[in-house]
Amino acid sequence: MSESSVSMGRINGVDYRRLLRSVMPLVSLVVILGAIFLIQPRTMSAFGLDLLLRLAVPLSLATLAQMFIMTVNDLDLSIGAYVGVTAGIGATILVEQPLLGMLALVGCVAAYGALGALIHLRNLPSIVVTLGMSFVWLGIAIILLPTPGGEAPGWLRSFMRFDLWLREDAGFESPIPAPIILLIVIALVAHLGLMWSPYGAILRGVGGNARAVERAGWSLLRAKITMYSLAGFCGALAGLALLGLSGATEARIGERYTLLSIAAVILGGGEFVGGRVSPIGAVVGATTIWLAANSLLSLLKLPPEWQIGAIGVILIAVLALRWLVERVGRTP
Amino acid sequence: MNGATRTLRRILAKPWIWAYVAAVGAWLATVVFTSGQAASGLATAAFIFASFSTMVAIGQMFVITLGPGNIDLSIPTTMVLSGTVAIKTMDGDPAMIPIGLALAIIVGLAVGVFNFSLIRLLNIPPIIATLSSQFIILSAAIVWNRGLRIKPPEILGDFPSALVLGFPLLAILVIALAAAMHVVLNRTIYGRGVTAIGQSERAARLSGVHVQRVRFTAYVVSAVLAALAGFLLASFSGGAALNMGSPYLLTSIAVVVIGGTSVAGGDGNVPGLWGAALFLFLLSAMLNTFSDTIAALGLGSEGVKQILTGAIVILVIVLASFRRAPD
Repeated sequence: MSESSVSMGRINGVDYRRLLRSVMPLVSLVVILGAIFLIQPRTMSAFGLDLLLRLAVPLSLATLAQMFIMTVNDLDLSIGAYVGVTAGIGATILVEQPLLGMLALVGCVAAYGALGALIHLRNLPSIVVTLGMSFVWLGIAIILLPTPGGEAPGWLRSFMRFDLWLREDAGFESPIPAPIILLIVIALVAHLGLMWSPYGAILRGVGGNARAVERAGWSLLRAKITMYSLAGFCGALAGLALLGLSGATEARIGERYTLLSIAAVILGGGEFVGGRVSPIGAVVGATTIWLAANSLLSLLKLPPEWQIGAIGVILIAVLALRWLVERVGRTP
Repeated sequence: MNGATRTLRRILAKPWIWAYVAAVGAWLATVVFTSGQAASGLATAAFIFASFSTMVAIGQMFVITLGPGNIDLSIPTTMVLSGTVAIKTMDGDPAMIPIGLALAIIVGLAVGVFNFSLIRLLNIPPIIATLSSQFIILSAAIVWNRGLRIKPPEILGDFPSALVLGFPLLAILVIALAAAMHVVLNRTIYGRGVTAIGQSERAARLSGVHVQRVRFTAYVVSAVLAALAGFLLASFSGGAALNMGSPYLLTSIAVVVIGGTSVAGGDGNVPGLWGAALFLFLLSAMLNTFSDTIAALGLGSEGVKQILTGAIVILVIVLASFRRAPD
């Protein structure tokens, strides 16, 4: 990190590779967005972008939750089911008894923290524990909402659509659609906390070298509880955001989020081990995968039976492209 | 006396024993609850269904043992594609069974080669590679199937539930397969290679293990076993359905880990697969027999059943962790 006599070329080389790595997710997003604009130029407007990106907000929050777990080298296979629970609480208890609803959500976050403690103390495989939890969460969601329905609290709906609310009540026209503002705020807040704060560096260090962090006097237990609680918190926000945007919910509403969130973290430049993650990358990855899996496919007018396969092809294409660019960037 | 205690302690220290203990517990609870009515029928059903889970879990175990990040998410859709292709080609004609079987194996080989080329040639992490390929495989199955539901040849449909001396033939075959794979994992250069890569890929490479060849084989074996399981399951359930494979993603992972294989890789375990597969089936059977009682509590049995399934899986993992040798 010293700025002295190390040869400039090498510093530049290292920086160049790191830069390329962190820019690649953004390039993928631009490529997908460009393809959508090409096929349907009318999406290239504030209103069009609003529609395209609206549901990328809850997926981004779920992806951040997954990313927090992946930072400490674990994996969360229950995040999709958990999103269903928090959306379910929002659509039922939170409407009827707001205080009790809030308590229930806090309880969910605490349950995530407790799981982190359990996984750390008993040295359990997170994949299996969260796999088991996915059944538990789904069961709770089914009990909350045996049939699709419920109703989003009014304040939640107006918060998710705060630009409409501003326009109607204050006469202020937001030049940028609400989803984009939300995505940027979410990405920046998470990045600030995990990448630029001192404790954030410790937390990432747990994924990189847990023993070194422990030897330096930091509690691994506290770190795991923190990361799992943060995941629970983001997952709860994802459920509420999804509910606020859809107006109603169902028990399995978040099912796709489990695998999509893992893919989004990877698309965003994160890795499974070593604490190498990027919150901004995760949000960009989630937005990319959302656009690819939904908007691009419906615009391509593929026959329905090939639409599922096209998600796979796009994922492969984006990752292959990224690998090619990185390889070209590596050779001098 | 002392020797017996030591033997007992050695058995109890095996990572796979708890899966069997849990399976017997679930079986006993169900049998007691139904006052012993379906004891042997339940055991037979458990062995037939556990055969399917064990087949796919053997492949998943080899892949997971390769180390962190290695996992095959394309198992369910591979089952569906191979079942669809084979059943449609056979079109109910018993003479076509060998061709159907061959096609199933070819589907498995193709999927395995495709998965590994994504991982190796395009440098895509395995979890994302198999996540992406499963979308493509599912599309292929939908196109092939076009909503048709063709009956399998009758003799093939009866095969998985055929009994030899009162024991399911399919289970005997899969037990033999598991025994063979146990030897492959622990006694062959290939199996030692899988374990070595899982412990340290670098060390394995430096000591002369053909890392990529071993990984390639593991992914191909996983896909071929999934294809064979799909072929048999489609025959057993009277035709290939598009959602036929979906329970097997979570099942394959859960069976591997409850069976005592390390998710961190480098420590595979075959005997535990059978115990864990039996346990998961019997657990679900047990909760089904309890469901009337649960419904009487007024909570709706489906939700409570899901919660209990998850809670018991976690409980087994936690209990097993207390028995693990301290490291």
